[in-house]
Amino acid sequence: MSVIWTGLVTFAWICGLLTGRAEAVAAAALDGAAEAVTLCLSMLGALMLWNGVMELLRAAGLAAGLSRMFQPLLRRLFPEAGRDAETLSALTANVTANLLGLGNAATPFGIRAAERMSRTCHGAASDELCRLVVLNTASIQLFPATVASLRSAAGCRTPLDILPAVWVTSAASVAVGLCAEYLLSRTGDRAL
Amino acid sequence: MNLLLPLLLSSVGLCGLWRRADVYASLTRGAEDGFRVVLRILPALVTLLPAVAMFRASGAMELLSAWCAPLLDVLGIPPETAPLLLVRPISGSGALATVGELIRVHGVNSRVGRTAAVMLGSTETTFYTVAVYFGAAGIRRTRHAIPAALAADVTGFVVAALTVRLFFPE
Repeated sequence: MSVIWTGLVTFAWICGLLTGRAEAVAAAALDGAAEAVTLCLSMLGALMLWNGVMELLRAAGLAAGLSRMFQPLLRRLFPEAGRDAETLSALTANVTANLLGLGNAATPFGIRAAERMSRTCHGAASDELCRLVVLNTASIQLFPATVASLRSAAGCRTPLDILPAVWVTSAASVAVGLCAEYLLSRTGDRAL
Repeated sequence: MNLLLPLLLSSVGLCGLWRRADVYASLTRGAEDGFRVVLRILPALVTLLPAVAMFRASGAMELLSAWCAPLLDVLGIPPETAPLLLVRPISGSGALATVGELIRVHGVNSRVGRTAAVMLGSTETTFYTVAVYFGAAGIRRTRHAIPAALAADVTGFVVAALTVRLFFPE
């Protein structure tokens, strides 16, 4: 990240000098900082409200219901890890929290599952560990609260109209990720 | 659509009462968590948005988009989103800053604005996630995890552009 930031800034002023927009670049730096604060402030309310709603859904037992729904599926996806009850429950909690968009809550469960799964690995990722990582890098949340807040902060009156597109896209990317994991686990190991 | 939100709020509240959850306390506890999320991304945004804005103002962004345009055109992805594609797997707040900038420049209901929002909502910060999980599990050889995760990201970008074109014809 440090390299990227420095690269962006350096490239920007050199490019600005060459194109004769040095003044615009200087103004953009301070405007950008001010805009970051405005952006966060205007997102704050909506994001806090949504987090509250999601937390309430969790407290009302929706998470438990989702877990029951997904446990059989996860047992198939992780046959080895699924044999251990505690790993399976950490996996389920990880997936459920991800679905609700509670990233903060999802990570500790995912880490616990990864730790338990790595006991027999000796430093190299097993197929199932790779699968867990793919499941977590391909976002599977049902309600993207941050994006919705960002859109309403920008004055959009229907920030949720992109939901169907988000669901289709998430489903496609998770499916391709899992297929790629499966295919690579069969063929790609020697190459990587 | 205008009724959806109030309806959702009241049904969530009723559902909570029915299941004997502490409705009010849960809402405020979740809101507190949301506050912490924003507090955590604010310093990153204050650092990153100036860099992104400078990059755009200098004309470098147009250069990059023009350079990536032939490939992105084949995939049906708007070339304006090129910076987002590069930042997304590396930095979550960087991606948020880029989407905010794209929405400000192109409009929140423009094709570019919508595509960027769908991309942000349906992908994750791949390299960060890989680092967190494998770091915690003590894994040094990541094997095929990163190629598979990146395949999912690319699919997400292409399908985001595709679904926005299908669901929001102009």
